[in-house]
Amino acid sequence: MDRSIGLQNLRPGETAVVESLNSSGALRRRLLDMGLVEGTRVECLGLSPAGDPRAFLIRGAMLAIRSGDCRDIIVNKV
Amino acid sequence: MGLTLKSTGRGIGREEKQALRQRPEDKLIALAGNPNVGKSTIFNSLTGMKQHTGNWPGKTVSTARGYCRSGKRGYVLTDLPGTYSLMADSPEEELARDFICFGGADAVLVVCAAGCLERNMNLLLQILETGRPTLLCVNLMDEAESKGIHIDLDKLEKLLGIPVVGTVARNRRCRAKLLDALDKMFEGPRDRPDSCVLYPPQVEQAVENLLPLAEETAGLSPRFICLRLLLGEIEERVGAELRSAAREQRELLADRGISRDRLQDMLVSSLVRAGEKICSQVTENAGRAYGPRDRMIDRILTGRLLGYPLMIALLALVFYLTIKGANYPSQWLSRGLFCIYDRLLEGFRALGAPAWLTGLLVEGAYKTLAWVVSVMLPPMAIFFPLFTLLEDSGYLPRIAYNLDRPFCRCSSCGRQALTMAMGFGCNAAGVVGCRIINSPRERLLAIITNSLVPCNGRFPTLIALISMFLAGGGDNALLSALALTGLIVLSVALTLLSTKLLAVSLLKGESSAFVLELPPYRRPELGKVIVRSVLDRTLFVLGRAAAVAAPAGALLWLLANVHLGEGNVLAALASLLEPLGELMGMDGVILLAFVLGFPANEIVLPVAVMIYSASGSLTELGELTAIKPLLEAQGWTAVTALCVMLFSLCHWPCSTTLLTIRKETGSLKWTAVSALLPTAIGLLLCAGVAALGRLAGLL
Repeated sequence: MDRSIGLQNLRPGETAVVESLNSSGALRRRLLDMGLVEGTRVECLGLSPAGDPRAFLIRGAMLAIRSGDCRDIIVNKV
Repeated sequence: MGLTLKSTGRGIGREEKQALRQRPEDKLIALAGNPNVGKSTIFNSLTGMKQHTGNWPGKTVSTARGYCRSGKRGYVLTDLPGTYSLMADSPEEELARDFICFGGADAVLVVCAAGCLERNMNLLLQILETGRPTLLCVNLMDEAESKGIHIDLDKLEKLLGIPVVGTVARNRRCRAKLLDALDKMFEGPRDRPDSCVLYPPQVEQAVENLLPLAEETAGLSPRFICLRLLLGEIEERVGAELRSAAREQRELLADRGISRDRLQDMLVSSLVRAGEKICSQVTENAGRAYGPRDRMIDRILTGRLLGYPLMIALLALVFYLTIKGANYPSQWLSRGLFCIYDRLLEGFRALGAPAWLTGLLVEGAYKTLAWVVSVMLPPMAIFFPLFTLLEDSGYLPRIAYNLDRPFCRCSSCGRQALTMAMGFGCNAAGVVGCRIINSPRERLLAIITNSLVPCNGRFPTLIALISMFLAGGGDNALLSALALTGLIVLSVALTLLSTKLLAVSLLKGESSAFVLELPPYRRPELGKVIVRSVLDRTLFVLGRAAAVAAPAGALLWLLANVHLGEGNVLAALASLLEPLGELMGMDGVILLAFVLGFPANEIVLPVAVMIYSASGSLTELGELTAIKPLLEAQGWTAVTALCVMLFSLCHWPCSTTLLTIRKETGSLKWTAVSALLPTAIGLLLCAGVAALGRLAGLL
C-alpha cells in the first residue's frame, strides 16, 4: 500500500516521516534549515482557527506551514 | 512592540560611531543563535543593556553592541539577528555570516535553547566550521528540565570539542559563569576537531582537491573557505589561483549533477544529520519539548471554536484593565498638576512677569504638558506592561498564526499581524519591525498599512472620547472597553481591506511562502515586565510626547494670542478648515488640531481643547468631566466624537513614523502613499458617517 501523502493531509495527532522535499527556492532553504530533511519525523499539532496554516512539531520546534506549501512535502504516515 | 530608542529609528546607523573597544586587548565577541532562544536576554545580562527581548522570531532587526568586563579582560559583544543558518539566503543570515567571518570577531558565543537543541545544531555546526573559537551556551535549561528533558553538557562538550555552559536566562549567576568560560577560552589553545561534519564523498573529494591551495584567511579555517568557494561565495576574498581552482571544482561537481542548489541541500542535510547524531547521544526525552501543557493551551488559544473569540476577548480585557485602572490615577494626576498650575500662575504674577511670558510658559507650554501627562501616563503605564505580558508569554506569534489565513487572502502574510501588533505600541516601531517580513512586496504592504492601527499616542484620545461620549460619562469601564475593542477590530478590518486594495493595484503579487516558528509558552517574569515596560517604553513615549507638547503648547498660545484683524491666527486657520471639517462631521478646530498634532498624535485632543478654551471662557481644565461641557458647547455630539475617533484611526502618520517609513523604504513615493492612503480612508469614512448622522438627524 502506498502511504505517501502530502503533508497537508496529515491530521492533527498523526505522525509521519519525510519522504521527499520537493519545495524550491527560499522555502526549501528555510525548511531544510529547520531540519526538515528526508527521514525527519513530523507530527501535526493542529490547525489555525481559519483552517490554514497548520502547526507541526519538527525536531522539538513548533512550526506553522501553509497547506499550499505542504503539498510539496511528501511524507509517509507512521 | 519593541519600543526602544534603538527600534524607533534614532539609534539606527549609530553603531559605527560606537567604538566600544576600550583597550586593544579587548575581545570582540559575536553573539549568534536561532530566534527565540533568549539570546537578547543573555546579551542584556552580560552587558547590562536594556535591549528589549521579544518572544517572536526576528526581534533583533539590527545589531546591538554592548561592553562587559570580566576580572581579566573586556569584551565587546555584538548581538546578531537570530538566524537558523549561515547560508546567507536572507539579509539577516548574510549579516550574521559576514560579521562572524569578516567582521573582526575574535570568538563566537552561540546561544541554543535546551528545549530544541537538535534544531539549533545546524547553525552551531556551521559556525564551528568557520574555525572561530566558539563557546556554546545552552540556555533555558530550567525550561527543558521542567519538561523532563535532560542534557549531558559534559558529553556535549567532549563531542563538540568546545566549551559548553548551561544557563538559566533569568539568573544573575549565569553571567559570572559565561564570563568565566569566555576567559578560559582565550587562555589556552583547545584541541578541537576541524569539523564534526563529514559530507558526501563527492563534496569531500572536491574540498580535498582545493585544500592544498587554501590557507587560513582572516582566521577562517581552510576547510570552511573551500566549502564556501564551492558554493560560489567569498570569491573576492581569496587569491586568483585558488579562485580558478574552485571554479574548476564547481564545474566538475556540476558535471556530476551537483548544482549549487543541490550542493547546498547536501551540506544542510549532512549538517542536520550530524546534529541529530550528536543530540541523540546527549539528550534524554527530547520528544517532550512540546508537552501536554503547551498542547492544551494551544488547543484552546488557536482552536477552531475559541481562537478568534479569545483573541478579541483578551484584547477587550487588556483595554478594560487599562481604562478601569487609569481612571483614578488620571484624576489624581490632573488635580495635582493643575494645582501646580495655579501656583505657577500666582508665582509668575507675584514676580511681576509680563503677561506674554506667563501666557507663553504657563498657559501655553505647562498647561499642554500637564494635559498630556495626566491623560497619557496612566493608560500607558498599565497598557504597556499588559501588552508585554502577552508578548513574553508567547501569545503574540499565535496571533500571527491565527491571522495568517485572512492576511494570506489579502495577498500578504501572518507576520504582518505581528508588525500590526507592534504598531499598537508605536507605529514607528511597527514600521521598523516590518524587517521581519522577507518578501519586499509584503514588507511594503505592512509598512504602508501600519499606521491604520492606533498607536499608544492615539489610545488616550480614543479612550477619553469613548468614555465621554459613548459610554455615558466615563463610569462604565466595561462598555468603554467593548467600544474600544470594536474600534480596534474595525482598524484591523481596515488594515486587511487596504492591504487587499494595495495588493490588487500598486503592489500586485501572490503571497510568498510562510514558515513561522511558534515558541513554547513561557511564564513571564512580572517584576521584569513591569520595570522594563515602564522604563523602556512608557517613559520613552512620554518623554517624546512631552518634548513635543511643551513647545507645541507655547506655539499654540502664541497663535491664539496673535491677532489678525478680527480674530487670532488659530481662529483664522480653523475657519479656513471649517468647510472640510464640517463635511467630515467635525469642525475646523479639530481638523486644525490634527494638523498641529503631526509631530505627535498625543496632543490632538489637548490642542483642540486649548483652541476651544482660548476662544471660549473656560480656564479650568482637568478631569474629563470638565471637558465634556466645553466640547458640547462647541456643538459636539456623539457623532462628532465618532468622526474624530475614526479620523484619529485613519489619518496621516505622525512625523516620526513618516521619517521612519522614508528611511525604511528609501522611497518618497511609498512614503507619500503611506500618508495619503489612510487619510483618504479617513476622509471617506468620516464623510460617510457624517452623512448618515445628518440623515438620522443626530448632527
